[in-house]
Amino acid sequence: MPEHALPEPEVAKEWLRTMMTIRRFEERAGEMYAKAKVGGFLHLAIGEEATIVGSGRALRDSDFLISTYRSHGHAIVRGTDPKRVMAELFGRVDGTSKGRGGSMHMFDLQKRFMGGYGIVGGNLPIAAGFALASDYQGADDVTLCQFGDGASNQGTFGETLNLAALWRLPVVFMVTNNRFGMGTALERHSAVTDLHKRGEGFGVPGMQCDGMDPLDTYHVTTEALRIAREERRPMLVEALTYRFRGHSMADPEEYRTKEQVEQWRARDPLLTFGDRLVAEGIIDADERTQMDADAVARIDEAVAFADASPHPPPESLYDDIYVLGGQVRGWYSLDERSPEPHKGEDERSMAQHDAADATPSTGEIPQQMTQAVEDN
Amino acid sequence: MAIVRYRDALNQALREEMTRDENVILMGEDIGVFNGAFKVTNGLLAEFGEKRVRDTPISENTIVGMGVGAAMIGLRPVVELMTINFSLLAMDQIINHAAHIRYMFGGQVSVPLVVRMPQGAGHQLGPTHSHSWEAFFLHVPGLLVATPSTAADAKGLLKAAIRDDNPVVFIEHEYLYGQRGEVPDDGDHVEDFGRAAIRREGDDVTIIGISRMAVTAQKAATVLADEHEVQAEVIDPRTLRPLDLDTILASVRKTNRAVIVEEGWPHGGVGANLAALIQEQAFDDLDAPVGRVTGADVPMPYAKNLEEIAYPHEQQIVDAVLATFRDA
Repeated sequence: MPEHALPEPEVAKEWLRTMMTIRRFEERAGEMYAKAKVGGFLHLAIGEEATIVGSGRALRDSDFLISTYRSHGHAIVRGTDPKRVMAELFGRVDGTSKGRGGSMHMFDLQKRFMGGYGIVGGNLPIAAGFALASDYQGADDVTLCQFGDGASNQGTFGETLNLAALWRLPVVFMVTNNRFGMGTALERHSAVTDLHKRGEGFGVPGMQCDGMDPLDTYHVTTEALRIAREERRPMLVEALTYRFRGHSMADPEEYRTKEQVEQWRARDPLLTFGDRLVAEGIIDADERTQMDADAVARIDEAVAFADASPHPPPESLYDDIYVLGGQVRGWYSLDERSPEPHKGEDERSMAQHDAADATPSTGEIPQQMTQAVEDN
Repeated sequence: MAIVRYRDALNQALREEMTRDENVILMGEDIGVFNGAFKVTNGLLAEFGEKRVRDTPISENTIVGMGVGAAMIGLRPVVELMTINFSLLAMDQIINHAAHIRYMFGGQVSVPLVVRMPQGAGHQLGPTHSHSWEAFFLHVPGLLVATPSTAADAKGLLKAAIRDDNPVVFIEHEYLYGQRGEVPDDGDHVEDFGRAAIRREGDDVTIIGISRMAVTAQKAATVLADEHEVQAEVIDPRTLRPLDLDTILASVRKTNRAVIVEEGWPHGGVGANLAALIQEQAFDDLDAPVGRVTGADVPMPYAKNLEEIAYPHEQQIVDAVLATFRDA
């Protein structure tokens, strides 16, 4: 891997700061999980910060980033406040997805962080859809689609790469090769282990980067984005990285050796990149310590914020299933006609009111429905 | 009124909506150069060009997923799947993604996507091309489900589906594609979802027919009137999500008898669902158990004689209706 010159000092410091924020965030998230503040599955990206920050910083603000179920860092690198990411983990109303999605389903439309997705490989077609829309609308934006080595075995990988190449869509596929699909080693799940080569047969050229080095990841991703943007050719970038923790918090890690983990830990991007900034005089040891303390403080604030954020009110259970108005005047389910009026009826009467304002004729059915409930 | 074939009514809907809104694009297998496996998209490539009428590879899950992504950021894609059986390849994108994205991301985005697909038996297409699966999609919160049985509804509901901000599974019927019907030709014909149609009025029994079975039910109603002096009221729900249960319940309260007819399988079917709703809401009004007529509980066989007995015809509906009078 080539040795790249450091970017401007403020840029280099921001990269380190963001990697520290993600690391401290993930560590605290793990602690909060152990304290049962966080439920469900929790997939931590500790060890993968250079891949996240290097690729994330190659994007323009108007580009789209779409990720997987290991996506706290992706939200943070796009500028989503860690408070809102932590609140989502806590299942609170101030979470990025109002507590509906949890760890695996972060989303921030304003930052064009287009979501974490819980279905392995499910995000690739959606990424190509963003690229299709950008292309159709004549926009200059590129979509960066991140997924793991395990996802490269899904049917959507081949289908989407083929279509993206066929239609010359502005999308960069980035396989975050952390060497394991859950507990199955790369060599045991993929006949071809040079994953960047797996796009060639679909017409998608591959590139490889050192995912433990934010600089190399940045440069390779930048070039891939340029090709996708200017030449309208999708690219496949393989980032070689490693997760220091298990697949999720429920992982005894019986599938890998301590020695392997230690070898990769020696390449910890926070250590190597931080050391380099010190060696090249961008920061000194004290500033480095202070930056880390600031990251810890920031995450402390995020935890306090999440803890103070209210639980979603029970009456919000049915919110946001449908866009109301248009063809949907209420929420529809089997028990909507139960004798007790409930949220669905409230929404319907609201929608009825709105509809009556807009087009008087469409209020008729909701009225019938409300009447039917009253009749009961 | 103009007399139009069901497939041409769909074609008109697509053409009119593409003309009205440049964000409407079509994707599907052989919808362009081939003009569509069932010719629904006939002529649209020539009229709108390759940018808006996109022939795709055979990759159902991915083309639906691309529709999801494109819909999330401003387009209104209409994806055609060649038969409803192929929709199973795209179930991940239809359910885990199209239906859930708005909810799981806290309402930040909507998915104004239409996925069109034909269903139904009768052409000896065998066990992988002939099923009727509206029940699969009816099951899913977040989806709208349309099952038009007339040319007018095919056009009006498809136009409404394209304009709606929710993901819509739009279920056409292979038998109906060639059927003619009256379609209003005065301006913009849009039909509301959630509004059942009373196809025939009657006081003695309510027959609810889904998709093509709304047509078969009307034929059965004629037999019932001519040969058995039973006046059946035939209701076509037209959309299953949202469902116009009020019209169905009002009819059942009048007739005191209900028979539900669908082409799909009996277990966990539309009829099972409707029967539960009717008995929950109108138990005291019923003079007989709610009857169901469904497709046979088998994969659709190829042999013509077996296929014929594997989906409902008029006589089974007549028999089911008469059975509700047995103890009267």
